[in-house]
Amino acid sequence: MAKYLLLKHYRGAPAAVNDVPMDRWTPEEVSAHIAYMNDFAARLEETGEFVDGQALAPEGTFVRYDGEGRPPVTDGPFAETKDLIAGWMVIDVDSYDRALELAGELSAAPGAGGKPIHEWLEVRPFLSAPPTVTE
Amino acid sequence: MTAPLDEASVRSLVPGVLAVLVRRGADFAAAEDAVQEALLEAVRRWPADPPRDARGWLVAVAWNRYLDAWRADASRRRREDLAGEEPAPGPVPDVDDTLWLYFLCAHPSLTPSSAVALTLRAVGGLTTRQIARAYLVPEATMAQRISRAKRTVSGVRLDRPGDVATVLRVLYLVFNEGYSGDVDLAAEAVRLTRRLAAVVDHPEVSGLLALMLLHHARRASRTAPDGSLVPLAEQDRSRWDTAAVAEGIGILQAALARDRLGEFQAQAAVAALHADAPTAEETDWVQIVEWYDELARLTDNPVVRLNRAVAVGEADGPRAGLAALTAVDPALPRHTAAAAYLHERDGDLATAARLYAEAARKAHSVAERDHLTRRAARLNAARGR
Repeated sequence: MAKYLLLKHYRGAPAAVNDVPMDRWTPEEVSAHIAYMNDFAARLEETGEFVDGQALAPEGTFVRYDGEGRPPVTDGPFAETKDLIAGWMVIDVDSYDRALELAGELSAAPGAGGKPIHEWLEVRPFLSAPPTVTE
Repeated sequence: MTAPLDEASVRSLVPGVLAVLVRRGADFAAAEDAVQEALLEAVRRWPADPPRDARGWLVAVAWNRYLDAWRADASRRRREDLAGEEPAPGPVPDVDDTLWLYFLCAHPSLTPSSAVALTLRAVGGLTTRQIARAYLVPEATMAQRISRAKRTVSGVRLDRPGDVATVLRVLYLVFNEGYSGDVDLAAEAVRLTRRLAAVVDHPEVSGLLALMLLHHARRASRTAPDGSLVPLAEQDRSRWDTAAVAEGIGILQAALARDRLGEFQAQAAVAALHADAPTAEETDWVQIVEWYDELARLTDNPVVRLNRAVAVGEADGPRAGLAALTAVDPALPRHTAAAAYLHERDGDLATAARLYAEAARKAHSVAERDHLTRRAARLNAARGR
């Protein structure tokens, strides 16, 4: 009963085993990949472990406060940003081992040649509410 | 005229209603669905039209819902050319109905999260939506978790009582989840444990109930108005719920007198010693260490040794506590926080500040992280960095 974020990177993670950019795949391979991701989410809904899944547009803007009465300053997008988040899935599972198992399955999504991508996913635990019993 | 619905009293009827349906021959999963529907219907209709006999109303509506579902299912089966028979009266469980439900919902074939969800719905009478909100997951996810759990236990025949320890573990999990969502899970756990204690005579059930009451009693003082954690030593003890403390201590003493010590009784004994101390300084740490020694004999949970080291630090001084801490696995959550505290007590503020900051990075909850960060910041500010 703990939540984990499975984080998918465009950049910043170690290179995948089957590391071919998506635009070099065949259209069928792209469809197979998307179907795998959807099936995976549907399966998690069925097991009662799914919380959320979202994809992000690759380009973002940096924003910061610029003082009282002034509009916020914006900057970017920076083409050279080292770490780029592609999207995430949030799961609610009984153990850390189960989180790793699911991340492993998600990483097996098919890519070029219909072979698993073996991409690196980052597993991050959520901070939760403190337990009632402390001593 | 509409009367406000006393939700807690309606929910307390749920296990009994469910048991009636099962006794009449309904299978558990379908009966549970039917009771849930009747409950939702009650919430809709009772404020404007309260029934004279609430339990009888729920039984009648739930049974009708069950029959509707059964008939729909039977006609589908007929269309598929399979035999459809009238529901026949099934075996009547030979234990108290409520107790039987507790055992079923905490059945060892269930994962902890499904046992918790099923217990809250079938015994606690909470709706799927309420349980989903309490655990911060989508309602559809929680609905699936519950229906899978029901499928898992659908073939279970409880011809003899289960192990009460499995039920206690589930209730402890619910209690420890606290009160983050809009359902007060700690209060719900107290209610369910109290009810369990009424139907089963077992010193560990009393031990868990006492433990919950003693911790629940401190609830108002556990957090500051801004939501930050207030450690036990700094809590305003005048805000502790003295009635809950007295009840918890009474229950614990009666349980201990039976001389069948268990983990929950020993934990409750520690909580009782804290509750008994008028000020933090007057805490009987020597006795607390002795209870942790008992606990260490009862369980191999390494957290016990960690808590014992902190108690030794209070009883025999921080150096003794640090020495005891060397025997504890440093990978344990809160190990670094305990070390930081003992170094602070020992006057080594530089080490303490460094360890508090490290403990904050390892914290598992936001409130704990913020608390540890503030302690590190306070020590650093005092040292004039």
